[in-house]
Amino acid sequence: MKISMIVNGEPRSVELADELTPLLWVIRDMLGLKGTKFGCGKAACGACTLHVDGEAVRSCSYPVKFAVGKEITTIEGLGDAENPHPVQEAWIEEVVPQCGYCQPGFMMATAALLNKIPNPTDEEIDDNIINVCRCGTYYRMRKAIHRAAEKQQAITPMNQPTNTK
Amino acid sequence: MSKSSIQFSRRNFLRTSSLASGGLLIGFNLFTACKSDVKPPVDLADLHYNDFNAFIKIAKNGAVTIFSPNPEIGQGVKTSMPMIIAEELDVSWDNVYVQQGVLDTKNYTRQIAGGSQSIRFGWDALRQTGATAKQMLVNAAAARWGVDASELSVSEGVINNKAGETLSYGDVVDEASVLEVPENVSLKEPKDYKIIGTDRRNVDIDKIVTGQPLFGIDYKEEGMLYASVLRPPAFGQELVSFDATEAKALPGVVDVIQIGDKAKALLGGEKVNWTAQLSGSGKVVVLAKTTWDAFKGKKAIKAVWSDATPLESTEFHDEKLTALLDGKDFVTMRKDGDVNKAFAAADKVLERTYESPFLPHNCMEPMNFFANVTDEKIHLVGPVQTPEDAANTVAELLGRDVEDIHLEMTRMGGGFGRRLYGDFVYEAAEISDAIRKPIKMVSSREDDMSTGVYRPAIKYRIKAAIKDGQLTGYQLKEAAINGNMYGLIPNFFPAGAVENYQVDVANYKSNITTGAWRAPYTNFLAYAEQSFFDELAEEMEVDKIKMRLDLLEKVKGTDDERIQYSPERMQNVIKMAVDKSGWGKQPKGTYQGFVAYYCHNTHVAEVADVQIENGLPVVKKVTCIVDCGIVINPMGALNQIEGGVVDGIGHSMYGSFGFENGKPTANNYDKYRLGRMKEAAVVETHLVQNELSPTGLGEPTLPPAGGAVANALKAATGKRAYKQPFIQDVELWKVKEEEILG
Repeated sequence: MKISMIVNGEPRSVELADELTPLLWVIRDMLGLKGTKFGCGKAACGACTLHVDGEAVRSCSYPVKFAVGKEITTIEGLGDAENPHPVQEAWIEEVVPQCGYCQPGFMMATAALLNKIPNPTDEEIDDNIINVCRCGTYYRMRKAIHRAAEKQQAITPMNQPTNTK
Repeated sequence: MSKSSIQFSRRNFLRTSSLASGGLLIGFNLFTACKSDVKPPVDLADLHYNDFNAFIKIAKNGAVTIFSPNPEIGQGVKTSMPMIIAEELDVSWDNVYVQQGVLDTKNYTRQIAGGSQSIRFGWDALRQTGATAKQMLVNAAAARWGVDASELSVSEGVINNKAGETLSYGDVVDEASVLEVPENVSLKEPKDYKIIGTDRRNVDIDKIVTGQPLFGIDYKEEGMLYASVLRPPAFGQELVSFDATEAKALPGVVDVIQIGDKAKALLGGEKVNWTAQLSGSGKVVVLAKTTWDAFKGKKAIKAVWSDATPLESTEFHDEKLTALLDGKDFVTMRKDGDVNKAFAAADKVLERTYESPFLPHNCMEPMNFFANVTDEKIHLVGPVQTPEDAANTVAELLGRDVEDIHLEMTRMGGGFGRRLYGDFVYEAAEISDAIRKPIKMVSSREDDMSTGVYRPAIKYRIKAAIKDGQLTGYQLKEAAINGNMYGLIPNFFPAGAVENYQVDVANYKSNITTGAWRAPYTNFLAYAEQSFFDELAEEMEVDKIKMRLDLLEKVKGTDDERIQYSPERMQNVIKMAVDKSGWGKQPKGTYQGFVAYYCHNTHVAEVADVQIENGLPVVKKVTCIVDCGIVINPMGALNQIEGGVVDGIGHSMYGSFGFENGKPTANNYDKYRLGRMKEAAVVETHLVQNELSPTGLGEPTLPPAGGAVANALKAATGKRAYKQPFIQDVELWKVKEEEILG
């Protein structure tokens, strides 16, 4: 069957036999976007986090059929070297990554969090950013999340969050 | 500026060459002097690395490219090693480009990431190379101007003469390339450093945060198939037969094959090298168009397994290790005086046993490798910490010349020791050899966690003799699965501080594969010993800090060359930790645990602050003092230090792993608890400022973290943790309001 969706602003379609194929593998192996990472396959580590219609989703456990017609944003679509997203800027400024593998998932989770909670407290970060990083970059990540919140608010006034629910 | 002592024979240490395209190429050897019959490389296009494992190229436009030889696993060497060259070469860091060196296998030396040794071993060679290149460029400028080289000065790649004229490196690079390599080059004094000691961002950070395909799992070639390998579900089992009918019928599945014969044949012979971890069993491989198709196909395989060797369980290992500790089958690794006499004469004897489980590596990037085996060559691409060993073993496995192998290293999504072992490289090679197509072997998390090369389960029993208020005897016994501590460890503290001192080791040979895991052995030993020192101080009724300082005092001026640590540097980090952590001055409700430890050539002291929250102990902060000599890149150093502490806390608190009938008790993160954001303590780091040669940071701050936490848990709850993980049964650690210690 043909599966169509908007990926990083562009319409994309793939032919595939199994509509239960996790979105992760469609993105990685069929569309060739390798920034979204495979970590556990069970929605337990968050390395595969991307956005479906602005919501953070663990794509390793998200059947592609639910993505049909929706807007998918991966780390490649969050921002690029010339036009980085505030989260990416903050990650660079705090020099968060060590091995770097799990970082796209953390950044996508953070970008989604900041859309809901523009200025999260430490407790809100603990409760919402529950991905896994074995290098142990959490301490810096927390600083980067606060920094990204500041940057984003400088762009988007605090009384106008981009997406409140 | 001072003349450096020449530590390498210049002739054997580096070679220069002019490039056909213009510019200067310098090949040098990072770690050892090399053979004298080596011919210098001619051009980058046909470089034969031979005895050189690192290169710098200075192009006619002045751009400097450094070919960084060591695999990058997140420890930052791709940034810090080039910083050292750029410093001595005197170029702007902005004009320096870094490329990961490709492996040519034959005569490589120490192209390996492991043991936190890259910077320690590379320090002299990198500086000498940078300084030598600079001198050649200056000499070329001096010849052009007809002046003496000593009259010239250099700033950021520009050479100045007294008349105010300038030449850039690029202007004279061709002339420099044909000059004789100078002897006796000058190295900078640390006070003159402009790059070393300054914060430099990880050279790949822009690519990481924008999701560029840097990792092995991201590598792709046209026509490549994905391979998923079904391995024995339990250690001790072997493949009998399998039915692939259902798997082959799945859309996307291209083929199902069996491998393992070649690995088994190799097992019968002499082991190629220590990193070869080979299973004797047959394995079923599903080849498919996507990773998901391959995973699905693997689940559809119906395989029959037999028990080739007994299936072991944690309970069984527990009994074996205890029996070893109680028995007499030890190998003595160090013996000073007579501990038995000391115990017999003691006023008090303290004996404690500490235990730790097997642990999987939990690299966030599961094991994977690309292979394309053809009659002409073998192309291998992926994340491996020991590329040279991997290539040698693949050559042996497939009966090919190692010259046929072209191995490219990718960035690694964590290593922690797991990628020292090349099993996944051999599998990829064997698969591609069988079907003669490019393939990418990808493990699932379940594959990764249940067919690992685990940190071995270990028990330590420590016994101390106390007489007249003094520590008169100290005996450490180690019972481990498969292998024992390496030979340097018995010479760590408190070796040299106790007259009667002995380290004994014993092991049980298991069919479960074990190996190095971030800071091998010390990752657990530090906790055991440092817990014991606290208990010892309590038993002796002396101050915990003073006891450690007094013991170190006895080691000063020792003529025992086996002693690895420096008592002065250790005392210094202890005193700094007391000062910076507010030791003994904490407000009510904060409980501290202290550790001072030496491993991987670095001295570290850590103080953990624990508070009780919702009735349970929580690590809030760790103050970390690190003496690693000159710090190349403080920003990168802090990152390593913080990560080591956080990782050390996470695994010692929660890392629970064992076996039941040969099968791992956890195979994914729904069953295995890793530390997460909520558990990550604040890490406050203080780096000791000195001008001593730099040592590694990838590992040394992890081992002390478990000990600092154990000692803080005791302070907070009154309970001593004798077993890792500390928090397995939460109920055991619950503290009632009225029980909170003052």
